[in-house]
Amino acid sequence: MPAPIRLRELIRTIRTARTQAEEREMIQKECAAIRSSFREEDNTYRCRNVAKLLYMHMLGYPAHFGQLECLKLIASQKFTDKRIGYLGAMLLLDERQDVHLLMTNCIKNDLNHSTQFVQGLALCTLGCMGSSEMCRDLAGEVEKLLKTSNSYLRKKAALCAVHVIRKVPELMEMFLPATKNLLNEKNHGVLHTSVVLLTEMCERSPDMLAHFRKNEKLVPQLVRILKNLIMSGYSPEHDVSGISDPFLQVRILRLLRILGRNDDDSSEAMNDILAQVATNTETSKNVGNAILYETVLTIMDIKSESGLRVLAINILGRFLLNNDKNIRYVALTSLLKTVQTDHNAVQRHRSTIVDCLKDLDVSIKRRAMELSFALVNGNNIRGMMKELLYFLDSCEPEFKADCASGIFLAAEKYAPSKRWHIDTIMRVLTTAGSYVRDDAVPNLIQLITNSVEMHAYTVQRLYKAILGDYSQQPLVQVAAWCIGEYGDLLVSGQCEEEEPIQVTEDEVLDILESVLISNMSTSVTRGYALTAIMKLSTRFTCTVNRIKKVVSIYGSSIDVELQQRAVEYNALFKKYDHMRSALLERMPVMEKVTTNGPTEIVQTNGETEPAPLETKPPPSGPQPTSQANDLLDLLGGNDITPVIPTAPTSKPSSAGGELLDLLGDINLTGAPAAAPAPASVPQISQPPFLLDGLSSQPLFNDIAAGIPSITAYSKNGLKIEFTFERSNTNPSVTVITIQASNSTELDMTDFVFQAAVPKTFQLQLLSPSSSIVPAFNTGTITQVIKVLNPQKQQLRMRIKLTYNHKGSAMQDLAEVNNFPPQSWQ
Amino acid sequence: MQFMLLFSRQGKLRLQKWYVPLSDKEKKKITRELVQTVLARKPKMCSFLEWRDLKIVYKRYASLYFCCAIEDQDNELITLEIIHRYVELLDKYFGSVCELDIIFNFEKAYFILDEFLLGGEVQETSKKNVLKAIEQADLLQEVRYFPRCVTPFSF
Repeated sequence: MPAPIRLRELIRTIRTARTQAEEREMIQKECAAIRSSFREEDNTYRCRNVAKLLYMHMLGYPAHFGQLECLKLIASQKFTDKRIGYLGAMLLLDERQDVHLLMTNCIKNDLNHSTQFVQGLALCTLGCMGSSEMCRDLAGEVEKLLKTSNSYLRKKAALCAVHVIRKVPELMEMFLPATKNLLNEKNHGVLHTSVVLLTEMCERSPDMLAHFRKNEKLVPQLVRILKNLIMSGYSPEHDVSGISDPFLQVRILRLLRILGRNDDDSSEAMNDILAQVATNTETSKNVGNAILYETVLTIMDIKSESGLRVLAINILGRFLLNNDKNIRYVALTSLLKTVQTDHNAVQRHRSTIVDCLKDLDVSIKRRAMELSFALVNGNNIRGMMKELLYFLDSCEPEFKADCASGIFLAAEKYAPSKRWHIDTIMRVLTTAGSYVRDDAVPNLIQLITNSVEMHAYTVQRLYKAILGDYSQQPLVQVAAWCIGEYGDLLVSGQCEEEEPIQVTEDEVLDILESVLISNMSTSVTRGYALTAIMKLSTRFTCTVNRIKKVVSIYGSSIDVELQQRAVEYNALFKKYDHMRSALLERMPVMEKVTTNGPTEIVQTNGETEPAPLETKPPPSGPQPTSQANDLLDLLGGNDITPVIPTAPTSKPSSAGGELLDLLGDINLTGAPAAAPAPASVPQISQPPFLLDGLSSQPLFNDIAAGIPSITAYSKNGLKIEFTFERSNTNPSVTVITIQASNSTELDMTDFVFQAAVPKTFQLQLLSPSSSIVPAFNTGTITQVIKVLNPQKQQLRMRIKLTYNHKGSAMQDLAEVNNFPPQSWQ
Repeated sequence: MQFMLLFSRQGKLRLQKWYVPLSDKEKKKITRELVQTVLARKPKMCSFLEWRDLKIVYKRYASLYFCCAIEDQDNELITLEIIHRYVELLDKYFGSVCELDIIFNFEKAYFILDEFLLGGEVQETSKKNVLKAIEQADLLQEVRYFPRCVTPFSF
């Protein structure tokens, strides 16, 4: 059997391979030879073979069959064998394999070997890849070596101990005694590794930390060592560009940080040395800056005095101006950490930070962007926003989403004016419209809705924006919604903020239809467009037929969402035309729950879904006016959120505007069926109820037996009785049928019944049987109310009655408190 | 430090030192992705990047990339110095080191690294001491326990 080829020979051969296939062939051939050599238990060449195997492993080829051979090498007496064996173990074995446990005994023996280099190999291997079991078994040996006077071994033992502690934290205690005199060493290697060990212990255990602070007086010792390093003259052995042992300095500074954190005494004790390092360190090379960086981190993290903190921030400020990119990057990262606590100090460097937005390096740009957002406040918002918008325009796509979100947040918090806010939103939508996050769309719509005086301006700008390009979905969605909502303002050219544009109803419908048809529009966007078109049917006057046509076409759309909408809208045109104007009227101002992060839209009108998706406001979108507030107030002020009167009532062109006066004067269109259902109730039921059950027939056939009926109201000859039904399938629902009768000698005409309930309830009023209560009790008006009471709270109701009687208009408010328990429990 | 990788401009791995326990598969995946990411960086970019939840510090010396993954609390700038120190050690040992030296003597590159770092931390800050230790260990290799062989041992 010829001797296996040498390692270098093999490497040379493999490198001559011209193709991957050729290489693979060579490797396979050699692996076969190595395998048979292993089988023959050849001691002489095992080392060589394993070395070759390790090379092939690095190229990416499997080498698991060499694992046991590594163990044999480790057990060998030859140093060369051990060296390669341990190397192989570190490369091929990992703690998941049981094989590695076989190493434990070998390592134990080698830890006690007579040759320090063998001991060193063992310590190194244990410290790199020792599993928890191995660490448990061998911790005692490591601890012994930690106390040796041989500095070569002591330093390795210290780092090995660090690994043991990381793997088995409970063993930390056993190393405590050995740490006693570690810092008295002169040897820098031991000093460095000791500091690492002490750092690990202090970080892991508050008790240890306290112990080292108080009992060992670690801080003064470290301060002394650091001082010596700085003050002592040139030491060739440890010098790096004129600085003495920067590695040790950095580790000491890091340990000082942990010791000084939240501890006044320690922080004070290190104050001077930190100031000294901060001012005396040479900054021309990276190594000096590395030390300064660590110093700054320490100063910012401990309880340092303000002068020192300012010094630290100024160092970072100088870093920002450094030519070296790495330094700038590190500065931005550090400033980001400190911006919360030392906001004003960081603000001083704002312009430099903003300049970094224009840096070519992606990492620096990202840091600068994050920091810029952290620095935005009410005073600098205009200037900062200019820079940020410019950045949004020119940055890489990976930033745009975050940047857009950040801009929206900042604008929301600090917008100096509504117009500015809308302009900023517009700018973001047009610049990065396709990167805007999905949740931004409902937030923006809410914002626009609430900026009442800007509606005309907003819709005009949005219209112009999508006229040229309707590919950016979030932009198109917001625009479609606004056009649907405020299209009437658009065509009537009411914009005050800028030159109103001339646009016809047909042109508006053109653009919406283009969006519908376009391949670029997503299903969601199409939904917005269709609903917008539908809404315009009550806002436009000349093009209703066109709208009808569009809607009917989509009744057979393949897209189920669109189809459903179209079918429902068709139904609106055909069967429920009398409800259309009320259903599609202007959206009320919405109340926000939080201003931080994604806002939840909680409408006081009780809509359960965020507005944009629920574009048909359920029957009573309108807000009560101040007149009607008394209705709601008396039901228990805490339940009901304060209601903002809606401005649209002042816009005469809004078709349903008058209906917004919930319980004020209601402009009844005269058709008996038209008024009551839409305008009655401030609380609206869930969408599923919406278009079903519009007949007055009770929907519940399963009637809970025998709930007593009550007389809810009896005054001036008008009596209203409530009868109840409960559903067995849905215990939260109560159906109330009211019967209004008139005992006077004259009819009551134009009778309207309205009701309000506390916030935890939801109400749906169905159409009344008529609007005339005939005299002499000869007939009744019946009307069905459905109440949803998920929290099973006591039912209370306030009612308002309006009617004409004996030639005068009558109106009355009353509270109904005598609901029987069975009606709501 | 969690790991250190050395690779060429063509993405060929020359050295891999892992200080965290990972399966071979995971190591391969990380290596592949990281090598791709670093090679895609333009020359003017800074030496640091965020990758997964790690900080990556890399520096190019001639045709070799030295790439380290450090933890959040580690100092990036001093890591650059660590890389530089390792290159200096290799340079002193091999005498003007080049990529070929590391290819043909990869096991020595590992031995040197293992005298400089242990468990991901610096164990010796004196260049002289590291080189001395390697020298002396190398001498041990020359010692033959079997009196029969006369030729100096080599792989």
